[in-house]
Amino acid sequence: MNAPFPAPVAPNMYRYDEFDARFVSERVEQFAGQVARRLKGELTEDQFKPLRLMNGLYLQLHAYMLRVAVPYGTLSSKQIRKLAHIARTYDKGFGHFTTRQNLQFNWIKLVDVPAILRELAEVEMHCIQTSGNCVRNVTADQFAGATPEEIEDPRPLAEIIRQWSSLHPEFVFLARKFKIAVGATPHDRAALQFHDMAVEVVRNAEGRTGYKVLAGGGMGRTPYIAHVMSEFVEREDILAYLEAVLRVYNQDSRRDNIHKQRIKILINAIGPEEMRRRVDREFQELKRMGTLQLPREELDRITAYFAPPAFETGLPDTLPEAGPDFANWTRTNVHPHRAPGYAIATITLKTIGQVPGDCSAEQLDVIADIMDEFSLGEVRVTHEQNLVLPHVRKKDLPAIFAKLQELDFAAPNAGLITDIIACPGLDYCDLANARSIPVAQAIARKFADLDRQHEIGELKIKISGCINACGHHHAGHIGILGVDKKGVEFYQLLLGGSGAEDASIGEIMGPGFGEHDIADAVERVVGVYLAQRRPEERFLDTYRRIGMAPFKQAAFQKEAA
Amino acid sequence: MKLLKHGAWAQDTFTPVADDAALPRFQKDREALLERNTPLGVRLQSHENPELLGDDVNRLSLVALEFPKFRDGRAFSWARLLRTRLGFTGEIRAVGDFLYDQINYQRRVGFDAWEVPDRFTLEDFQRALTEMTNVYQPSTDGRKTIRELRAGI
Repeated sequence: MNAPFPAPVAPNMYRYDEFDARFVSERVEQFAGQVARRLKGELTEDQFKPLRLMNGLYLQLHAYMLRVAVPYGTLSSKQIRKLAHIARTYDKGFGHFTTRQNLQFNWIKLVDVPAILRELAEVEMHCIQTSGNCVRNVTADQFAGATPEEIEDPRPLAEIIRQWSSLHPEFVFLARKFKIAVGATPHDRAALQFHDMAVEVVRNAEGRTGYKVLAGGGMGRTPYIAHVMSEFVEREDILAYLEAVLRVYNQDSRRDNIHKQRIKILINAIGPEEMRRRVDREFQELKRMGTLQLPREELDRITAYFAPPAFETGLPDTLPEAGPDFANWTRTNVHPHRAPGYAIATITLKTIGQVPGDCSAEQLDVIADIMDEFSLGEVRVTHEQNLVLPHVRKKDLPAIFAKLQELDFAAPNAGLITDIIACPGLDYCDLANARSIPVAQAIARKFADLDRQHEIGELKIKISGCINACGHHHAGHIGILGVDKKGVEFYQLLLGGSGAEDASIGEIMGPGFGEHDIADAVERVVGVYLAQRRPEERFLDTYRRIGMAPFKQAAFQKEAA
Repeated sequence: MKLLKHGAWAQDTFTPVADDAALPRFQKDREALLERNTPLGVRLQSHENPELLGDDVNRLSLVALEFPKFRDGRAFSWARLLRTRLGFTGEIRAVGDFLYDQINYQRRVGFDAWEVPDRFTLEDFQRALTEMTNVYQPSTDGRKTIRELRAGI
């Protein structure tokens, strides 16, 4: 057992009180009872399935997968150490960070699940609603509370939403899953417009802070950009508004075709205008009833948990000199912080050749030490499957970089072409048609040269192994979708998607590429960009200017392979 | 099957009509049915919004909400709507395919009667309602939420 050095730091994040602790531990025992009934044969697999999914337990190709909720992506070092312990004790020594800021274990035994849940409860964690047809774990901007861009920290609202949506009696058997994200900056890092529902903290013309609510975005087999439901909802009304949207969805969604049961299908069938009308009717009634009004004291009370840490003053506000490798890393992986002398540092779990988002128990332990020593005990998970140290002193960056190099997590590629999102794909997933991980690895190897990556600049590649789009391929500047053609894995290219504030859905290029040709096809596409771009243009900008044709023509020039 | 009502076994005093289309039948014969002056119930399928009953709802003694499949959760919203917008104070009965694990949620949103299999016991029922002590969100059961408990309300 490693002696914890330095002593664990308790970051400013939500802490369970007696009510939360009791709720989670009773929920663990409730689920343990469901597992026992299943093992005794009192529940059929058909009956058990929605119950286990509601607690994050999937049956995959080789084993059960358990998905642990990381509310709005915030973790303490104590929690990271517990996750490392679980990976070592109950899994094959790995955890996998997901595109919804969660962590999943891919090799779990059903009989061990109650014990794992009890261990998680010890560090104020759970698996409640990380899967199933219910309101899923709430996600948020990974720079929350640290970036100078934001109106306010969106995490207090995310925590309020987490509590309100936990075992909500009306909404645990929805038509389909329901994902909520929260953001508070003009630059959207949380893919708000691709969520079933999203809340953006905004200021109105009078300077009052409130919430803009979007609904009906989504990826999957029918991608949609979300519609604005309300430009401005007053703070105290927000839960009533969100409940109104969910109620209309629960009442009016189709239930006859699993592929047409997300809220995006409902909104696009009845039109956003009609949806707003139905929501408003429910909202006005809920508001009148008053039981869901959010008192200012409650918002303040939750906000206090997330108070900015006591930042040191008088720190040097310049980036230290520490050689060319360090300089490269800071160029992509270090972002401005709200406090002088501090920075936000991204740890990309995308070292060339690694499985995107994977982290070993040993790496998790070292990351926990780095968090305690350098980042006030805190880390964030990003939807791009990276980690973020939210509060680091600029003067400590060389020391952090050196430790990350030892971990092999110092890839200077945040936002570059090798910072690839990929779903687990056919290597793990029961639903997949094709493998994603080997394709991500092949592309990363092809573009391993750092000078070339910098030359290419911001380029987001996102890979899904099936049309369910867990790898966000619709939102990739270059998206890759694995399909199965008569037993052979094929890969379609999509261009021009974006999950940011300029959200767009990628356009499919046409017939797919074989497993061994897809990385070369991506290279040919990137070649067109490099040849045609204007100064300051990202890949996405060039694509939007010149369209699909030149990219398509080049991609299919096989002789270049 | 047996009937559980207000936490105890109860005699089912309603005679079901041999008709799957209870709502259309009620809508067609409503005047004659309501004139009988005997307790009247309507069984709604999961796609039938209780608002379709119009003002008649409060002349009914029973609304049975059907779960065609336990995964179909629309009736959770219908029960809540009956208890809030429609002010229905009669019996709301859960019928069809639902699980032990859903009874607590059903009670929270306004169900007060359940058609359960013969092997189901009152102990099962009590356990279903007490697995989780506190709740985070208000519903029609009027229970204090965790927020209210924290604030000492």
